[in-house]
Amino acid sequence: MSTHLHLAVALDGAGWHPAAWREPGARPTELLTPRYWVDLVQEAERGLLDLVTIEDGLSLQSTDRSGPDGRTDQVRGRLDAVQVAARVAPLTRSIGLVPTAVVTHTEPFHLSKAIATLDYVSTGRAGVRVKVSGSPAEAAHFGRRTLPELGSLDPADPQTQAALRELFDEAADWVEVLRRLWDSWEDDAEIRDVATGRFVDREKLHYIDFEGRSFSVKGPSITPRPPQGQPVVAALAHQAIPFELVGRSADLGFVTPADRADAGRVVGEVRAAQQAAGRAGETVHVWGDLVVFLDDDAATARARRERLDETAGAAYTSDALVFTGTPAELADLLTDWAAAGLTGYRLRPAALPHDLRQVTTGLVPELQRRGLFRTAYEADTLRGLLGLPRPANRYATV
Amino acid sequence: MTKQVHLAAHFPGVNNTTVWSDPAAGSHIEFGSFVRFAEAAERGKFDFLFLAEGLRLREQNGAIYDLDVVGRPDTFTVLAALAAVTEHLGLAGTINSTFNEPYEVARQFASLDHLSGGRAAWNVVTSWDAFTGENFRRGGFLAQDQRYERARTFLQTVTELLDSWRGDEVVADQQSGVFLADPDAGRFAHSDAHFDIAGRFDVPRSPQGRPVVFQAGDSEEGREFAASAADAIFSRHGTKEAGQAFYTDVKGRLEKYGRRREDLLILPAATFVIGDTDAEAAELAAEVRKQQVSGQTALRKLEEVWNRDLSGYDPDGPLPEVDPLVGEHTVAKGRASVRMNRDPLAVARDWREQAEAKGLSIRELMIEVSSRQNFIGSAATVAEQIDDLVQSDASDGFILVPHLTPGGLDPFVDAVVPLLQERGVYRTEYPGTTLRDNLGLPPLGAPA
Repeated sequence: MSTHLHLAVALDGAGWHPAAWREPGARPTELLTPRYWVDLVQEAERGLLDLVTIEDGLSLQSTDRSGPDGRTDQVRGRLDAVQVAARVAPLTRSIGLVPTAVVTHTEPFHLSKAIATLDYVSTGRAGVRVKVSGSPAEAAHFGRRTLPELGSLDPADPQTQAALRELFDEAADWVEVLRRLWDSWEDDAEIRDVATGRFVDREKLHYIDFEGRSFSVKGPSITPRPPQGQPVVAALAHQAIPFELVGRSADLGFVTPADRADAGRVVGEVRAAQQAAGRAGETVHVWGDLVVFLDDDAATARARRERLDETAGAAYTSDALVFTGTPAELADLLTDWAAAGLTGYRLRPAALPHDLRQVTTGLVPELQRRGLFRTAYEADTLRGLLGLPRPANRYATV
Repeated sequence: MTKQVHLAAHFPGVNNTTVWSDPAAGSHIEFGSFVRFAEAAERGKFDFLFLAEGLRLREQNGAIYDLDVVGRPDTFTVLAALAAVTEHLGLAGTINSTFNEPYEVARQFASLDHLSGGRAAWNVVTSWDAFTGENFRRGGFLAQDQRYERARTFLQTVTELLDSWRGDEVVADQQSGVFLADPDAGRFAHSDAHFDIAGRFDVPRSPQGRPVVFQAGDSEEGREFAASAADAIFSRHGTKEAGQAFYTDVKGRLEKYGRRREDLLILPAATFVIGDTDAEAAELAAEVRKQQVSGQTALRKLEEVWNRDLSGYDPDGPLPEVDPLVGEHTVAKGRASVRMNRDPLAVARDWREQAEAKGLSIRELMIEVSSRQNFIGSAATVAEQIDDLVQSDASDGFILVPHLTPGGLDPFVDAVVPLLQERGVYRTEYPGTTLRDNLGLPPLGAPA
């Protein structure tokens, strides 16, 4: 096992701070242009990062979980993340591309072929981050079902837990359908046998016959098995039920520990969930999520954060730890937490492109000096970068 | 001014037009094939590249159909990636209105339009069958007579979502701190028998406002739907006279919707074989037809009409003496419905007469009857034919379907396009930046 850390950046709009779009280096009028996204991902690739994630959702961004907030002072509007990843793919070579997909309202058949196709257009660099939606407002955009207005997000509230359980069970089914569809073609199903006139060997195409509580899918996929066999499945998880999803369904979990001890606890929970799902022998990465304000000296970073908070009219808070300091200080923290069992990190740049550049030109060289990060891309698929083997096809008989 | 020819290209895919057995046939799935094909289309100043869609692998006699190219990539994902390697080419995809939701399709087309700088187009199709529905949450729920009703209301709903942004809301003024000029941007509510949805749409207005809308199919409902709501219609008519009749009929329906004749383009699909001489092209075309219709393929095509297992018949022998089975079609599943809607007994009667009159075997007959609108000849002959069909209002141009992936477009682009340009009926540069511009369609006004 490599002693190197893995590193990702999470791309979202002008950055994760709500006032980031007002920073001098921001490009707020370009957030819906392809050039903006190409520039960001190419910058991340210059930093040799493992992957970028691209945030998404099926509703207008809002500070209010239950629905639109009517605010006009923050970034609103965004593009389909799978298409952003596809648009960037031909203009990058090595970095993994992991768009977000909302599993609650989408068809697993469509997403299965979309992510498989992203794997084709990126020649083996695709992943998907699955996300559930418990928002009644988002459900109203589809009109197929109503979701209960959750009174609280308190993990101790039984009603909340039951609702979450249902959403995450559906998410696990959804991922299972994706994985079965990716395997529904054996790698050598296309035979082009001129003698018998057969393009495919139909014995190597498989019905997946999935029957779940909220949907069933027959298969096979319309898209042949993608280059990686199974693109990388990722999920963000904050508590027990989502940890179980990571343990049973994902290759990569993003978690949000508050400190090193918490990181150890969280990694333990995911490992237990992984074991309970019978996947103890498989590699499941657990990466820490951090929001980062990075500058060459810590005082500048703090001043920038304060300036952004003042512009936003409120101190920035996040589900993840908010780090403010220098790339060297961040390298210290990442090294320290890695001892608790995290295999990498997903950094959420507070402001784009500033904090992304600090990662690629400050943090990465610092980690390289310490022998903790790659100095060149050593694999040409995302699975390869993550040390994940190309999986055998579950339906193949030989 | 002489009428200008429009050209587009369909990426060869899942049907027996595509000759996969040719040594020059490459991958139908690797992205490099799409890039090469798109680059040829753009070199030829084509309006757009078109991708069809399949949502379940076809079956015949209960087994996955294995004689044609099987499998294809996801439409939106390929088109978004192609936007990175092309500059002017329109990016058109078939997207089903039955197994998708308007909110999702609206944001996907708006995204594609943003990511391509205004080059997105949507071929709206419908599906109702339970066979395809087995891959989707909704299942096969839609009655056949509701197909166009759902398509119409689906398109209307998507249009409402796209029009929920006028185009001037995002100001992103760093000084004043106003990102959105309108706190209600994207607000929508739509309620009818098919969709009951409300909220805020989350993709601001794209360069074209909405994708260019295509419609395919020849039924009465399809023609009316196209006349009311489409920017172009894909047709399939073998002769000049049939093309003119269709053209006149469909263009004649526009006025009652307050539209002009030039607001709807009629673009038949067409295959082609180019040779140095007409004789050489004819020889090559006969060879291609044989590659397209093997004995096995001929029997399978015949089963689609006969609706029974004909595997015991000799493809080089005469047509079956038994009649087609009438009723629910059970043999071939997952095929485009347009081919299923004919009276099978009448088709069989017609084919028997043709076979007897010309002394044709099953395979020879299937080669004969499955020909599409073909351009076969030297580049000069083909350019002449295309120009004539367009000038005589049999079409406004053609969607070319080469039989080879991915290089099949090259002979046309390299040899025929320059001749059309010399005739003054084809562009030498793209006239605009968006697909709407290039198709010569009227600009969309901003929504109120």
